Amino acid sequence: MTVLLEVTNLRTEFTARAGLVRAVDGVSLQISRGECLGVVGESGSGKSVTFSSIMGLVRPPGHVTQGTIFFDGRDLRGMSAEEMRGVRGRDIAMTMQDALTALNPALTVGEQLAEVLIAHDETLPKGRAARRAAIRDRCVEMLGLVGIPSPDSRLRQYPHEFSGGMRQRIMIAIALACRPKLLIADEPTTALDVTIQAQVLELISDIRGQMGMAVALITHDLGVVAEHCDRVMVMYAGQVVEEGPTDDVISHPRHPYTRGLLASIPRPALRGQPLTPIKGQVPNLMGLAPQCRFHSRCPLAQPDCLVEVPMLSAGPGRRARCLRLEETS
Amino acid sequence: MSLLEVTNLSKHYEGRLSLAQRLTGGRKTVVRAVNGVSLHVNKGEVLGLIGESGCGKSTLGRAILRLHEPTEGKVVFDGEDVTALSPPALKAIRRRMQIIFQDPYASLNPRRTVAEIVGLPLALHDIASGDEARAITTQVLQRVGLQPDQIDRYPHQFSGGQRQRIGIARALVSNPEFIVCDEPVSALDVSIQAQIIALLLELKQELGLTYLFISHDISVIGYLSDRVAVMYLGEIVETGPVASVLDNPRHPYTQSLLSAVPEIGAKRAKGRVRLQGDLPSPLNPPNGCKFHTRCPLAIPICQTVVPVSQTVGAEHFAACHRLEEGHTLLEETR
Repeated sequence: MTVLLEVTNLRTEFTARAGLVRAVDGVSLQISRGECLGVVGESGSGKSVTFSSIMGLVRPPGHVTQGTIFFDGRDLRGMSAEEMRGVRGRDIAMTMQDALTALNPALTVGEQLAEVLIAHDETLPKGRAARRAAIRDRCVEMLGLVGIPSPDSRLRQYPHEFSGGMRQRIMIAIALACRPKLLIADEPTTALDVTIQAQVLELISDIRGQMGMAVALITHDLGVVAEHCDRVMVMYAGQVVEEGPTDDVISHPRHPYTRGLLASIPRPALRGQPLTPIKGQVPNLMGLAPQCRFHSRCPLAQPDCLVEVPMLSAGPGRRARCLRLEETS
Repeated sequence: MSLLEVTNLSKHYEGRLSLAQRLTGGRKTVVRAVNGVSLHVNKGEVLGLIGESGCGKSTLGRAILRLHEPTEGKVVFDGEDVTALSPPALKAIRRRMQIIFQDPYASLNPRRTVAEIVGLPLALHDIASGDEARAITTQVLQRVGLQPDQIDRYPHQFSGGQRQRIGIARALVSNPEFIVCDEPVSALDVSIQAQIIALLLELKQELGLTYLFISHDISVIGYLSDRVAVMYLGEIVETGPVASVLDNPRHPYTQSLLSAVPEIGAKRAKGRVRLQGDLPSPLNPPNGCKFHTRCPLAIPICQTVVPVSQTVGAEHFAACHRLEEGHTLLEETR
């Protein structure tokens, strides 16, 4: 498979009143064509900021200060704002976690879908009437694709007239309108109930199969990753700490954080056995020393962990940011 | 011996009518958030109440404590009819029945220090005051894992997990027997969630507490409950011992709910049931069985007749018209 997105050593910083926050620090990742990459981490781990940085959506006081982003052979960081607008929404699209705040409450769903087509689709006919009809047909088609019943009449409705699951579908429809090569889905199901979550995730998988697009699925739910992603990348305090094929990482995690995360998920099968939560809290991202960020919570930590740890090879296709990999093999 | 016995409890909210609607003789809309729920919680057990958003599980928890006045039905706590108590008697019994809220940000007064928040129940119930109250407060806060030097801080100085610990301390300080845990870990990250679940279980063991644990997360419910009740659109559709309900769910809704949960590790053994559509509006709930609009097993009778709860195993009950035929969704859709 050819590489679609390649990010190297990305760093995104926010200047806060109290100091500099390095929300993303040295993240490197690759996504191949048609692949589904799961990005897992707790709140504040930098998973959303990483992908906002790739999309060029980080606004001051945040800045991407280092790293390269190549998408389909093009250097996204070197692009002007106008060139970037040509990529965003057409080649890479992103759905946001909270569909109600991401959609414009004052525009109908049809208007919001049409906006993407008008901005990006050059294949639309030139004549006014033909153009309008073509846009309308495409909008109906997209709403139908994401499983919204009677799309024809629902185009005229506003976001508040839809349920949570339906709104998430509408955002997916908008994201897919130009048939992007990469869909970034930021916590697409976090706000949804499980039965609706299953519908939305299956929809994303189906469409991915049909259109051959790559998906980056950002989530905090390892169960979702286990069922839907080929590869997984675990983030902690702004860094990638482990990556590899999903089944391998989940059945045999190598980084102590991934191990702790898996051990702290309550499961009916673990009834009566004590959970082993990770002790303590995520460190403050402000003014972090260049050393392993997990060492204060890590059961395997040794004094020599207080150095900057690179991503080390942890088996075929796998890497982890830990000096104690021998103990977790 | 059941500590809490709820019989036929309902909570209906009436909608307001506009002037035009009143003049044209419009009918008031009624949301039946909780509709004829009966359940019991035995002393020392955890009853897990599970359902999707809007199914009425939080309203039920609050109606039991009379934080929302029930429309009809009876709640008996340790032999006393809570629904019939006078205000002073209700206040007295609330010392023994407490609640932990879902949102650790909204449920703590931002202008009060932790010592004031946690110490308030002591003052309200005349348990202790002054130095004595402060000593008890400090002790309880330490028990839930906070440092004594943190007790004069304000809620905004704590993380989400720590705030939830404060909420737990507030519920514990009056030394209750029964606690309604209303989604206490839903707002927390996985690693913090495990810390709070472990704490709640330790406290239950140590203090002999009884929990009604409300959650939408089947993994959490399955991990910590003794018995489970499944709620759909204001009604309980299935209830029973946790192992029996999770391993052998009989109501089609429970079956689809369980099969929708993504699993880690072991590949799914059974087929997945994919429910169509959304939860119907409680303003205008379907007739008959409320699940029939989404149920793949629905037959004509389901649209008209409300199913009665039947015994399907030891202490295991389900309300469905198609139980006797032994249908299970998982087989039908395979």
